[in-house]
Amino acid sequence: MTGATAVSGLLAAEVPYWASSIIKLGVVALVVPTAALILGYVFLMKMMSFMQSRLGPMEAGPYGTLQLLADGLKFLQKEDIFPDKADRTVFALAPLVVLISTFLIYVVIPAGPDAVVAQLDVGVFYALAVSSLSVVGILMAGWASANKYALMGGLRAAGQLIAYELPLVLAVMGVVIQAGTLDLQKIVSAQATGEIFGWGGIGNPFILTQFAGFFIFLVAVQAELTQPPFDMPVAESEIVGGYQVEYTGFRFLFFFMGEFGTAFAFGALASVLFLGGWALPWGDLGHWGFNIAGPVIMLVKVLAVSALIFWFRFTYPRLREDQLQRLAWKFLIPLSLVNIVVTGVFKVVL
Amino acid sequence: MSEFLRDYLLVALFLMLAGALVFGMLGLGSLLRPSRPQPQKYITYESGVDPVGLGWSQSNIRYYVFALLFVMFDVEAVFIFPWATRLEAYGTFGLVEMAIFIFILALGLVYAWRKGVLRWI
Repeated sequence: MTGATAVSGLLAAEVPYWASSIIKLGVVALVVPTAALILGYVFLMKMMSFMQSRLGPMEAGPYGTLQLLADGLKFLQKEDIFPDKADRTVFALAPLVVLISTFLIYVVIPAGPDAVVAQLDVGVFYALAVSSLSVVGILMAGWASANKYALMGGLRAAGQLIAYELPLVLAVMGVVIQAGTLDLQKIVSAQATGEIFGWGGIGNPFILTQFAGFFIFLVAVQAELTQPPFDMPVAESEIVGGYQVEYTGFRFLFFFMGEFGTAFAFGALASVLFLGGWALPWGDLGHWGFNIAGPVIMLVKVLAVSALIFWFRFTYPRLREDQLQRLAWKFLIPLSLVNIVVTGVFKVVL
Repeated sequence: MSEFLRDYLLVALFLMLAGALVFGMLGLGSLLRPSRPQPQKYITYESGVDPVGLGWSQSNIRYYVFALLFVMFDVEAVFIFPWATRLEAYGTFGLVEMAIFIFILALGLVYAWRKGVLRWI
């Protein structure tokens, strides 16, 4: 028995449901904080520093790689403070709701033919639905803090997240029309085996035929993450962190983890929907090797998409509330409606 | 248990995983963190001065109007999803139907636009 067949035999072995569930829970429990750390270190710290002609953290670990771990340890030792006026239950539950939304997105993201937590038939719809749960958590945090800045930040966040929820959902619609399914695995195989006007040399990564959708998706993701230039809800210079202002220690860190974990999840979603996901257009998609190569391919694509997202973040100045609402309602939503109709016409006529 | 229910049981398990992480980390923190209560620490933050009035202050009515608009378009999205998955089977008929539907909704957006609802003042 060669090594290759041993590995394929191992992967094909029937694992009981509970055992496989525990493995999946463990993997995702590791992946989410790691993803937040990688994005935080590579992009938020190092890329931003280099774009601003400085070195960034250099002391903790080689090239400052352990800086975020050190920060995490520091947060762990901070006193837990509930303001007197705050609504204690809602205040305590808000970070949990945000983190739940982050974890639930990871359930459907595939990283290989079998490397997926659950292959839901309504994958795309589910991912978008649970990602918008975080609005509730943020609004809870903003309201329960009983603080003017927090309330303002919470309302701004809610206004922004629901405004950009629409372009996000409508931009994905083009992909769904082209693939004819909501199942993320089938969307991946539709791209790998697809053809662009009869030419199937590189499959059909939907970024080529849905470039308008990809653009709208990226802008909307940026706004959903409340990152600059869409950071009115947390604008440090005017409302001091918005809904996070009363949170200390690990409760604050959960918001951070939620934001960066969601950034990674949205990067993964963008690469599954538009860049072909874990698959390569050549070779047999059911091959066991994709369970090992898939996560690597995904990671490369996610980092590429994240680099783009963070590049926007460091480049553009903050949009005012009226400007960002105008961008969503008067530009992105009409554009995505046109995109749906045009994609539909192409799908039916061709 | 069917495959379908098993998949959604996993979703429920992940919900609990997030809860376990939050309570686990906060529990771990409670072993490490100090607790030295002083009344000043629990005053609402307001740029270093004593807070004026209530934290739950009035805010802009615009958010409410945008939330109403959002409900309209989000329901639209729910209707478009099933159509989008079956467009190939529906063919031209489905395309024309959805074009009319989107046209009516776009009219709604144009109406709100003309009424000045989308202006943020």
